Amino acid sequence: MLITKLVSFFALISTIALVGCNKSETPSLNDASELLVKIGASAPLTGPQAHIGKDNENGTRMAIDDANAKGITIGGKKVHFELLSEDDQTDPKTATIVAQKLVDAKVNGIIGHLNSGTTIPASRIYSDNGIPQISPSATAVAYTAQGYKTAFRVMANDAQQGKVLGEFATKSLAAKKIAVLDDRTAYGQGIADEFVKSAQAHGAKIITREYTTDKSIDFSAVLTSIKGKKPDLIFFGGMDPQGAPMVKQLRSLGMKTQFMMGDGGYTPKFIDNAGVAAEGAYASLPGVPLAKMPKGLDFAARYEARFKHPIQLYAPYCYDAVNVMIAAMQQAGSAEPAKYLPVLSKVIYDGVTAKLAFDEKGDLKGGAITLYQVRQGKWQAVETIAGIQP
Amino acid sequence: MDIFLQQIINGLVQGSVYALVALGYTMVYGILGLINFAHGEVVMVGAMIAFTLLQTLLAAAVSPVVAILLSLLVAIVLCMALGYGIERIAYRPLRNAPRLAPLITAIGMSIVLQNLAMMIWGREYHAFPMPLGNALHEVGGAIITDVQIGIVLVALLMMSGLMIVVHRTRMGRAMRAVAENPSAAVLMGVDINRVISSTFMLGSALAAVAGFMVSANYGIVHYYMGFMLGLKAFTAAVLGGIGNLRGAMLGGVLLGLIESLGAGYVGDLTGGFLGSNYQDVFAFFVLIAVLVFRPSGLLGERVAERA
Repeated sequence: MLITKLVSFFALISTIALVGCNKSETPSLNDASELLVKIGASAPLTGPQAHIGKDNENGTRMAIDDANAKGITIGGKKVHFELLSEDDQTDPKTATIVAQKLVDAKVNGIIGHLNSGTTIPASRIYSDNGIPQISPSATAVAYTAQGYKTAFRVMANDAQQGKVLGEFATKSLAAKKIAVLDDRTAYGQGIADEFVKSAQAHGAKIITREYTTDKSIDFSAVLTSIKGKKPDLIFFGGMDPQGAPMVKQLRSLGMKTQFMMGDGGYTPKFIDNAGVAAEGAYASLPGVPLAKMPKGLDFAARYEARFKHPIQLYAPYCYDAVNVMIAAMQQAGSAEPAKYLPVLSKVIYDGVTAKLAFDEKGDLKGGAITLYQVRQGKWQAVETIAGIQP
Repeated sequence: MDIFLQQIINGLVQGSVYALVALGYTMVYGILGLINFAHGEVVMVGAMIAFTLLQTLLAAAVSPVVAILLSLLVAIVLCMALGYGIERIAYRPLRNAPRLAPLITAIGMSIVLQNLAMMIWGREYHAFPMPLGNALHEVGGAIITDVQIGIVLVALLMMSGLMIVVHRTRMGRAMRAVAENPSAAVLMGVDINRVISSTFMLGSALAAVAGFMVSANYGIVHYYMGFMLGLKAFTAAVLGGIGNLRGAMLGGVLLGLIESLGAGYVGDLTGGFLGSNYQDVFAFFVLIAVLVFRPSGLLGERVAERA
């Protein structure tokens, strides 16, 4: 592996490399009696969060391949599903461009985007064109609060998550003085704000509120400044590319302070990259642990067998999002966005992450949230809090 | 007080890395009058090569000390080859072209290297294995790790080594001659191509060491890591006076200190109006301030513009 990597590096140097752009796959041959349904998906496939974005794409792809293998019919016609996957680069601007591209490609529905910061600006474009959108992972409250009929999500939002995290930090972990950091993205800021509200409501004091970006890896200065204020707990609203080096630098500064993140931290990569420093860190994830779901373990095993690595984060949610969309299409007897959209808001579907149903805003009804802690180098479920109302 | 000391340590560690990278910018500028914007990517490639080697060697149960030294050495050698290659491909054909042309190829080279690294090592963050030196030491209430002590020491060592090369060897004398007056140096029998190639190779060797040090400190490597580091180091070189070796070292350490003290105290000083997220802003504010008030930098000399 080493030799091939180095050789390929120098071989590539001497050639002019063409960095290819993403090409959507060509549709397979289908006869006239078969209905072609295009599912658009978007997540960052390049950049720091590419590993999570690729995981989303994998989850979506698995659901689509399963549906094709099952030979699903909609309104009496056999259906062939096709995935159009686009890279939004975690960038709000790029997200609107790929959203328009997917709309122009006449997709029947959208699974995405991954981040709240990209999902929110893109949601307007889908709404204007009447295309149902299910985000597997955008948790910012603002996403479904815009009043768009087309916006749905299969994950508890930040208000629900922040509430649980704040309560857990103050009650179960008995934190009195809390330092809060966020990465200034729609998600990071949103969940940190909700966490602050909840922690303060439960009597904790927020001693400092600091910020970073979703591209930084050096936090020594800010952590040192936090160290001087001696908090009981540090909460970081952000994703694992920052969370892992942050907790590592925290421990290098000799601080034993508890470290907590939202769903953005709950990845195997967080533990890989932070190493022993990850031990004891907390994160939350909407939903019940996969092991407790009837179809959860089976899904995880099939995912690993197919993609040769464990689920990173949101793949099960993407899988559910596709399936709930297909279920709505089947009930409506049509894959036309205008026809199945009204059904989607009423459909109830038994997924791998939860029993899915949407409220009038498009949020998940009564979603459960599970808190996890790194113990012996693995995320272990600590507590599941069920039925959190938004 | 211990917090202040901790920020000083943070700044010194960060500053040592900036200084090593800044030397690469300043050496090339001194000789060619060119900003080698691909230099930050050389740092990244050095880190990536060291990461791959270190991972492989450790997996093969090689002793940690040998693994670290060997991967560092290979990273240095390969980065020197890369530096040589960059100069041959992107700069030498444009030696007599207008100044803008090599600047554009420099930026192009940087993008090419970044994308190649992305294709080879993938898009995700990798954990940089560091089997040694994670022990913490307490100095007057502040904490420093072995790795950080190592960074400062190695940086000092590399910098003194460079000063010896530049001031005590034949090649160093040739470098200084070319920097002073290229055409006169040619007339005196200096092989200018060899001098320029060695400059690039020396700078790239320092970059490889810097890449190894940053990755060991943060425990993480990523194909994008060279970009910001390169910009900061460039700022450090300008701060110290671009083209001046001592200036680059001073500029690097100063910039590290400014950043860490700035980011550490701005929140308290402005009552939370500005936060530590302005860390990067400090560096670039320094760049603007230097360019406006003292374009030749702290140690740079005001030289008459050559026609």
